Amino acid sequence: MPSLKELSKEKESLSGGHRLCAGCGASIVARQVLLTAPKPLVVTCATGCLEVATTIFPYTAWEMPWMHSAFENAAATCSGIESAYQSLKKQGTLPVDANINFITFGGDGGTYDIGLQSLSGAMERGHKMLYVCYNNQAYMNTGIQRSSATPKGGFTTTSPVGKVKPGKEQSRKDLTEIMVAHNIPYVAQAVVGDWRDLTTKVQKALSKDGPSFINVLTPCRLGWGCAPEKTLDIGRLAADTCFWPLYEVEEGVYKLTHKPKEKKPIIKLLKLQDRFKHLFKKGNEALLAEIQEDIDKKWKKLLFLCGEKSE
Amino acid sequence: MSDEKKGWKELPIGAILEAGTAKNYKTGDWRHIRPIWNKEKCIQCLRCWIYCPDSSIIIKDGKVDGIDLDHCKGCGICAAECPVKPVKAITMVSEKEIK
Repeated sequence: MPSLKELSKEKESLSGGHRLCAGCGASIVARQVLLTAPKPLVVTCATGCLEVATTIFPYTAWEMPWMHSAFENAAATCSGIESAYQSLKKQGTLPVDANINFITFGGDGGTYDIGLQSLSGAMERGHKMLYVCYNNQAYMNTGIQRSSATPKGGFTTTSPVGKVKPGKEQSRKDLTEIMVAHNIPYVAQAVVGDWRDLTTKVQKALSKDGPSFINVLTPCRLGWGCAPEKTLDIGRLAADTCFWPLYEVEEGVYKLTHKPKEKKPIIKLLKLQDRFKHLFKKGNEALLAEIQEDIDKKWKKLLFLCGEKSE
Repeated sequence: MSDEKKGWKELPIGAILEAGTAKNYKTGDWRHIRPIWNKEKCIQCLRCWIYCPDSSIIIKDGKVDGIDLDHCKGCGICAAECPVKPVKAITMVSEKEIK
């Protein structure tokens, strides 16, 4: 586990002057990942807020070789670059012991939906790369459209709230579990707001001789309707309500990395976000209860998988 | 690197840029509240630094040495995360008041 003193000696890898919103969690995640990762690094990005806002021509906030090609192929791009480096090693152009780390960032749109096939392929082929999904649970960059990561009851412009519908009707996809099913050496769930947990997971992920995946929940002030300075508090509350449990699966073994001292009711988290405010109106009590039930059920299952006692 | 828009003949080949040039673009004027750092109160825990979304906490020899107001957007995360009590080492002040 790195200390802040050690990390502060690292060169800043994401410069200021990018155009993400004030208080955006995506750049917090990217900074912490990049500070922790052993250098040299090669980074690729899927289309998304992070990519768009950090690389407005002729500027770039990235301090390393960086590439974006499209929405759906960030993992494929990264795996191709990784293979090219391996080939250069074989050809003798690069020293055999050159240890380069390959990292991909994608939002939930570019990871859960559009880029899922290329991510799945890259993981299955076993490239030595870390894929970080900064998951703000909707297509925020294009104006808050629903994705398969949007939770039940959440408002987006394509899962609107009105007399007929109460926001998104479907449950979110569990991508972390889909990645676990790829039998890769390291899969984890983290949250913006716990730097120690995230940086430890990044270190572990990059120490593996194979693919790794970290799914980081990242509040979006615009899409979630929350105050910018609350970004981290909301992240931590998501872990404490078990809306977003922090755990890892290392070589197939499940482990909880944060067990809330007291599991908080989900309404505490939902109340801080405008995207859920309709749930507190009369007539939506059943939906609120259903959301809590879903979380309890999943939490119980996770406790079982992690070999923890059920509450 | 300048703000001037280049014609297609003057554009660099491909999109190979110098790294980290975004720092030449100032986002400090987005800010409506400004973080004020109190050096005496600061306990150097570096929490403000690790959580700043805009890489705007200046570090010198492993210690906080001020705030980069050219890039800070005034989100208030540094002040919210500052653990010093009862008065925090970073407080947010309205830009209007400063002017």
